[in-house]
Amino acid sequence: MKNDFRARNHPAWWAFLAHRLSGLALSVFLPFHFWALGQALQGEARLDTLLRWTELPLLKFAEVVLILLLAVHLTGGLRLLALEFLPWRGWQKSLLAWAAGAALAAGLAFALALV
Amino acid sequence: MDMLQVSVWRGAASGGYRTYEVPRQESQSVLDVVTYIQRHLDPTLSYRFACRVGMCGACAMTVNGVARWTCRTHVSKVVQGNAIQIAPLAHLPVVKDLVTDMREFFDKWARARGQFVSGTGATRKSDFARIASDSPGRVAANAGIECIGCGVCYASCDVVSWNPDYLGPAALNRAWTLINDERDGARAERLAAVAGDAGCHACHTHLSCSERCPKDIAPTASIAGLKRAVALAAWKGEL
Amino acid sequence: MNGAGQGGAAARAAGMSPGAKAETWLWIAQRASAAVLALCVLVHLVTIIYAVRHGLTGAAILGRTRGNGAALAFYSVYVLAIAVHAPIGLRTLCQEWLGWRSASLNWFALALALALFAFGLRAGWAVFTG
Repeated sequence: MKNDFRARNHPAWWAFLAHRLSGLALSVFLPFHFWALGQALQGEARLDTLLRWTELPLLKFAEVVLILLLAVHLTGGLRLLALEFLPWRGWQKSLLAWAAGAALAAGLAFALALV
Repeated sequence: MDMLQVSVWRGAASGGYRTYEVPRQESQSVLDVVTYIQRHLDPTLSYRFACRVGMCGACAMTVNGVARWTCRTHVSKVVQGNAIQIAPLAHLPVVKDLVTDMREFFDKWARARGQFVSGTGATRKSDFARIASDSPGRVAANAGIECIGCGVCYASCDVVSWNPDYLGPAALNRAWTLINDERDGARAERLAAVAGDAGCHACHTHLSCSERCPKDIAPTASIAGLKRAVALAAWKGEL
Repeated sequence: MNGAGQGGAAARAAGMSPGAKAETWLWIAQRASAAVLALCVLVHLVTIIYAVRHGLTGAAILGRTRGNGAALAFYSVYVLAIAVHAPIGLRTLCQEWLGWRSASLNWFALALALALFAFGLRAGWAVFTG
């Protein structure tokens, strides 16, 4: 028999899923990012054209999503490094909470900078 | 009298859920419910139990999707309205109804080198080994030695279902307790046995095992210890 | 406790699975690159938030980055860490969720690593030299 979501419905599992999905999403985004930056090879005008695209509201939203993904993956990753390398204590759950909080804070900071 | 609607898995790999009506009591465990069904409603129901008091782990089943000891699970804690769903433990072949074949669980235990091997040449006739109870190794071992092999962690772990070769939390936890035993003489073999894709490196810290363990053991911590020990051994060229 | 040579021989005699040593090193590489990336990402986040806040144009950004040797070195390390970290993570995902466990997966991961490294360095070259 296999498990369904009922077996997975606890904070650490959601943290794992967020970490894996954010990693996947970032991996998909990266090639576009490298391509866009590589356009600078054709001079600053080309880069400016691209930067003007980023003024579109849809792309602004996408940027916020990206920063959130990065923050989630980073803080989730730091949590994992702590779980694997630091002595085991009972504070693991609060570590998850701190990680989520830090991720949100980073996302908000970026969003505020945009507005 | 309130009646519980109890949905129970009948069959083996293929089968289905059959619903039984069981009188609801004020103090009632899920094992009580299963027992009632088998004694009063359907004698063909197969299930496992032994001690009934939370010491042996034999009564582990999937209750409303979560692996639990049924003798230690109050109906009031898990019932949804008046409904309960009872299925066999996940990730193990189903023999019949609520009984699973646990051979693979214990085979993996053996593959992880979960047996003590003396490294001091001591025999029954030797004097006791003197080990400080607060030594770091002993503290680490003690955190994991209460495991009674009930299979709840194995049934709760998604990596077990995603990776058929994965040794699983219980086997790896046992290997960790032995690695931390000062008397152990098979450290190199144990580290080799738990390294790799079937071993500790497949653990993604879902923490489902630690969440569900009825003995409050944290196999995740033991597996993290194994990751560190194996990495150190590889770095030193000992792996 | 066994010495290094004896330990290795004992391990092999114990029937360690063939990929176990490689998996161990992949795990080490993943954690090491993660630690490097933690630093790099923090720096990157701070600089991007700064750039956005100050509404920097293409010219302004390139004015600060072009010819900046230290920045080029930093971003090269960043790209290398990404080229190690991302393919190892994706490899695990493919094994577990797609059931892809054959040798071709390792070739795919290697190809991905090389591609990320090459394109990342190209992007770094575009932005930090000239």
